[in-house]
This record gives sequence, structure tokens and C-alpha cells, in this order.
Amino acid sequence: MSTETPPAVRFDHVTTVLGGRAVLDDLSFEVAAGESLCILGRSGTGKSVTLKTIMGLMSPDAGRVFVEDDEVTDADRDTLSDIRQRLGFLFQNAALFDSISVGENVAFPLRRHTDCDSREIAEIVEAKLAQVGLEADIDKMPAELSGGMRKRVGLARAMALDPPILLVDEPSAGLDPITADEIDDLLCVLRDEHDTTLIVVTHNIPSARKVGRRLMMLHEGRVLADGSAEDLDRSDDPMVRAFMRSEGSG
Amino acid sequence: MAGKVRSAVSSWLSQVGDLAGFAARAVRDIPRPPYEFGEILRHLYELGARSAPLVAVSGLAVGVVLSMHTRATLERFGAESMIPAGLAMALIRETGPLTAGLLLAGRIGAGIGAELAAMRVTEQIDALEAIGVDSFRFLVVTRVIACLIAFPLLTTILNFAGIFGGFLAETLASGMSFQLYMQRAFAMIDFPTFLPSTLKTMAFGFIIATASSFLGFRADQGTEGVGRASTQSVVLSSVLLIVVNVLLVQLIFVLFPTVR
Repeated sequence: MSTETPPAVRFDHVTTVLGGRAVLDDLSFEVAAGESLCILGRSGTGKSVTLKTIMGLMSPDAGRVFVEDDEVTDADRDTLSDIRQRLGFLFQNAALFDSISVGENVAFPLRRHTDCDSREIAEIVEAKLAQVGLEADIDKMPAELSGGMRKRVGLARAMALDPPILLVDEPSAGLDPITADEIDDLLCVLRDEHDTTLIVVTHNIPSARKVGRRLMMLHEGRVLADGSAEDLDRSDDPMVRAFMRSEGSG
Repeated sequence: MAGKVRSAVSSWLSQVGDLAGFAARAVRDIPRPPYEFGEILRHLYELGARSAPLVAVSGLAVGVVLSMHTRATLERFGAESMIPAGLAMALIRETGPLTAGLLLAGRIGAGIGAELAAMRVTEQIDALEAIGVDSFRFLVVTRVIACLIAFPLLTTILNFAGIFGGFLAETLASGMSFQLYMQRAFAMIDFPTFLPSTLKTMAFGFIIATASSFLGFRADQGTEGVGRASTQSVVLSSVLLIVVNVLLVQLIFVLFPTVR
């Protein structure tokens, strides 16, 4: 019997067709537990689709996707719910529930999936918001927050259940460079201090260099380059080199 | 040209099929636990209690107008004493349920369509799923249950407000006392008259909640999609409600022959 740790995420020949175009084209890759992978690529190359496929929010037309030992692609609703509790997802625009407060947003997964009583939930919510520096804003409504604050609340909510894997969609999109850097710092803390597996989709090369120990560039639904930032810097492919030289802010 | 027509018909049929599947899933999931009591109570307040002033004021106005029209007609035959009974019968049997249904298609249909469409375009529905919550049960089934409970109650409020409005108009015209008016109004109202027509509004509630949720869930990207979902929710709910009402009236006549 093998005791080898399964990869956190595995794509096995995945194809997704949207509007007659293969957004993911026979895509295969693995992400090891504890690894931090940044997925790069131009708009429309299937980066966000990759994240949503891991989460089971989109179903591929062919191929299989695994989270640890569980297959996402043929999971029933109960299995999918179980898989999703092991995944945190920070959406591009945070996707906070705008009818409830910041504190209630972070408490939401805890109320759904734990037996914690109200006092315990309040303590966890306070601790999670303190991690992202927003403990004073617990009673605010999402509409009262800036873009950076919304992202940080989204991160606190994504980490509420302490999932071993965190998926992040464009963490720096729409943020000024300083706020974007603050979000990157929070992701680095999760990577270094909590051993969280990070899969981050970004256009922002400085951010990718900082957060990702491994960078993977997608082009037309396929892996164009995969390796460390240094590996991609030395790539023979002119598109990869051009992308790595850019300072795009997402 | 023929190809375009075929494609349009095919797309329309596909949407009708999707809506039917959506409604069937709602029917299937309503009795299934776990029940989201907190969300149902929240929707009962938002969709039900907050609609009460609208239906009460509208009912009052409908009652006044119906009374004025009924008086103008019955006066010619010297049958003014039938005004309270005629008005109550008309309101409870048909005018009340249909008026309540159409009013609520506007208020609740637009509200559900816009709210769910906004949640769709801002990825809040995806966020619910990402947290491991069945978004259909959490967002759709809870609203459908709230509407099933709220619609008969709101219709009853509208009916009573209408009868009271009729009394105001009648007492101004003829000085009829409140006691006499109510005695005459309810003289011909029995349970077979009141119950089926009031309970049929549960079907209206189901139609409005499912049609609006369906359009909200399918909203396209952007604020334009939110506006479109809201408008289409009102239009689709109203049309379906009027058509289904014809079938329900016929069904009531078959099941309760004394109502005819």
C-alpha cells in the first residue's frame, strides 16, 4: 500500500470548450501539497476556467480533475461539498455576500460546516479578520469597504475553515500597487507559515515572482512553460520571455 | 429566413424546457431537508411582510372603485342592497387573487430577478457553491417556500382591505352602517368560496418565485443583465400567472361545483 502523499490538485487531459473554442485543450498538470503555483497567461487563455474547474463550478468536456484523492469531475453533490471544504477560493472581486456584514461573511462557512457555538465562531471570525488587519471593520457592510479591504475580507472568508488548498483569482486586479503588495504579503504568510497549497491566477509578473515558487504559463489552453521564475526568464519561447519581462499590473 | 425561424423556435423551446426543469427541481427540493429556516423567515419578512402595505392600500382602492361601479349598475335595478355581497364575492373569488398576484409579480418578481441576477454577475452564487452550499436550495427553494406561505395571507389582506374600501364608498353614498355592510358582505361567503380561490395564489407564488429565480440565475454578465432579468421576471411571471389562472379557475369549478 502506497503512503505517498497525493498531489493537492491533478489535471488529467482536461478539455473545456466554450463558444466553440477549446479554452482548455488536453491540459495536464499536478500541484504538489504545499506548493505555490502561479498560473500566468494572456486574457482568455483559460486561467480562471482552470480554477473554477478545480472547484467544480465548471465541468470539463473531457478529462478528469482530482483534489487530493477525490475526483471532482464525477463527484455527486455531497462529495463535491466535502471537497469544497478543503478548498478556499478568493474571487477576483471578492464576491462578498452584500446583504450581510463583514463578520457574518467570514462566519458563513463556519456556521455551515462546523459545530462551533456562537462564541467560538465569534472568536474565529475575530482572529481571521485580525490576520488580514480588519478586526475593527467586523460590523461594516461590504458596500462600505474599499477594493483592497474587500479582497482581504474575501481572503479571511476563504481561510475561515483553514483549508489546505487556496485558489486565488487575480489577487491584484483593480488594486493600487501598495494594496496589491499587501495582499501578496498575506498570501506569502499562508504559504510560509501555514503550508497552504496556493494556486494563484495572475497577470501581474512582480506578484507572481513574489508569491509563486512555481510559475506555469498557459497559452491557448495548453501549458506553454512551467518552472521557477528563473526557468521562465531563460525560456527559449519569445512569448514567455516577453511576458516575464512585462511589469503588467493585472 | 426559415433557418432563423427554426433557430428561434428551437432556442425558445430549449428555454421553456430549462424553465420546466428548474421548476421541477424546486418541487422536488421543497420537502427535502435540511430546511433553511433562517432564510425562509428572512424572505417571509422581505417578500411577504414588506409587501403587506402595498396590497392593503391597493385592495382598499380596488374595493372603492368596485363599489362605485357595482352601485352604478345595481342602482338601475333597485338592487343596491346586493352591493356588499356582490363586491365581496367578486373580490374573494377572482379580483382579489388576480390583483394580488399581478401586484406581487411586479414587486416580488422584479426583486427576486434583480437580486439573484446581481448575485450571479458578482459571482456571489459561485461563492456560495465554493463554500459548499447548494445555491439552488439556499436561494431558490427558500424564496419559493416563502412565497407559498405569503401569497394566500397577502391575498386575504387584499380581500379584507377591498371589502373595507367597499364599505367606505358605500357608507359615503348611502350611509350604510358597518355592521349591516359586513353582515351582507359575508352572507354568501362560505369556505368553498374562500378557500380554493385563496389557496390558488400559492400557485401564483410558486410561478413568480421560480420564473424570477430562473431568470436571475441565468443572467448575463454586467448591469444590463440585471436590468433585463428584472424586467423579464415581471413580464414572464405576469403572463404565466394569467394563463395558469384560467386553468385553475376551471379546475376549481370541477373540484368545487357549488362555487360555479
